[in-house]
Amino acid sequence: MNVVVVAGSIAGSKTRTAVDYTVKSLKENYSDVDVTLLDLAEYNVQFSDGRNYLDYDGDTGYVARTLMKAEVLIIGTPIFQASIPGSLKNVFDLLPGDGLRDKTAAMIVTAGSARHYLIAEQQLKPILGYMKAQIVQSYVFIEEDNFYRREITNDDVLFRIDRLLEDTMVLAETSAKIREAKEAEYDF
Amino acid sequence: MEFGIYTLGDHLPDPHTGERISAEQRIHEIIEYARLADEAGLDFFSVGESHQDYFATQAHSAVLAGIAQATKDIKIASSSTIISTSDPVRVYEDFATIDLISRGRAEIVAGRASRIGLFDLLGYNVRDYEALYEEKFDLLLKINEQETVTWDGDFRAPLNNAKVLPRPQQGKLPIWRAVGGTPQSAIKAGYAGVPMFMAHLGGPVTAFKRTIDAYREAAQSSGFDPSKLPVATAGFFYAAETSQQALKDMYPHINEGMKKTNGQGFSKQVFAQGADKRSVMNIGSPQEIIEKILYQHEVFGHQRYIAQIDFGGMPFDKLRKNIDIIGTEILPAVKKYTAKQQEE
Repeated sequence: MNVVVVAGSIAGSKTRTAVDYTVKSLKENYSDVDVTLLDLAEYNVQFSDGRNYLDYDGDTGYVARTLMKAEVLIIGTPIFQASIPGSLKNVFDLLPGDGLRDKTAAMIVTAGSARHYLIAEQQLKPILGYMKAQIVQSYVFIEEDNFYRREITNDDVLFRIDRLLEDTMVLAETSAKIREAKEAEYDF
Repeated sequence: MEFGIYTLGDHLPDPHTGERISAEQRIHEIIEYARLADEAGLDFFSVGESHQDYFATQAHSAVLAGIAQATKDIKIASSSTIISTSDPVRVYEDFATIDLISRGRAEIVAGRASRIGLFDLLGYNVRDYEALYEEKFDLLLKINEQETVTWDGDFRAPLNNAKVLPRPQQGKLPIWRAVGGTPQSAIKAGYAGVPMFMAHLGGPVTAFKRTIDAYREAAQSSGFDPSKLPVATAGFFYAAETSQQALKDMYPHINEGMKKTNGQGFSKQVFAQGADKRSVMNIGSPQEIIEKILYQHEVFGHQRYIAQIDFGGMPFDKLRKNIDIIGTEILPAVKKYTAKQQEE
């Protein structure tokens, strides 16, 4: 299973910290996954101008192709100004309208305030749904006080991430089986 | 109603074998494909240009010149010529020449490219996508109307009493505006009063009826008579003994070909619906396809249907078989019915 873990912001460190733990846990607990970390802070991604994703080159082309090749997307994102960062929205804009079809998507959200809890529900999920992802309904929401010097200090958060990964991988495997069974019915 | 064939000039491996023929063989097969279509009595054959991996007919006018020489009666055209990034003077010179070689059979379908590789390749800014198309399309129409042209615009040096030669044997070339499935671009073709060439991948016939209606309404409101403006529709076609066999034969070519050229496969669910009578995809048994085309003709009232059969490395013997089925079974039935309808 090809899993891509995205850190969706080019500012701050909390999302990257949560994403690093996610990658580590995936590698330790799932033998048959191929994990790619995509930290948007490490790439110089241009703004979407509406072209086909194959027509982007450089970092932008790499980011778009990596996402399109993924079977599972785990999206780590902070909340800025009561929304997802522009860097993350831009990455969705690079892809085709139904670019997440047949992919399973999960969310890990970091925020400075509990008041941001429903942002992912109301702003990120609709994007994933529009782009036809199979969405893991529950997500992990991590507040500022769970981090200290690039470490997650609350075991409950680690447990919640581990449970999210279990749910994500089960959903991805089940969806793949359903899809195979459905496609086999077509007989062409 | 006229019946034609079009190819994008894609150059893809056959998904069943993973093997790809050489560009030389592909181009010769396209010319032979046109010759067979001509022999079978089809009305029209066209070749597209795409400037990206997995295509072989970037110089589509050169391929059309080869086809002009190899055929006798069939009309030949582009599908489409990317007018946005070409010089309309050169395009006109090329197609007027093809018209002379073919003794009056050439047409131009002018489009704006669904992919933008050639903007970089030829040094244009993709932000001028719309403006380039509109300006150059207008100039192309003007050159077609007048042998001596005075013109100035934003994207090309001005023309001052410039003579554009040679002139086509037909006097004027039929020039079509290529339109995707949406009413927005069809409306522009209607306002300009130019024939519309509408390509579609799939979906219900009724959805495209809206686009054609919008085109005719726009033409009417601009003072053109819609009954004098031809409409062509173009899309996937494949005939086999049964619709199940047709889906089976064609699907891997479409799915794998789209993955390579467009970055995404074609959904099986959507493809399966293509066999339905209400879908614009003409895939099925010859009898089913006849019924579909006649249904489409009833709804659209179009003047020309153009079939895309060769996408995604379709082996040549399958193309030959399809041309044979069209020529002996489908074409006679479609012609008979649509001619009768026209009389009435």
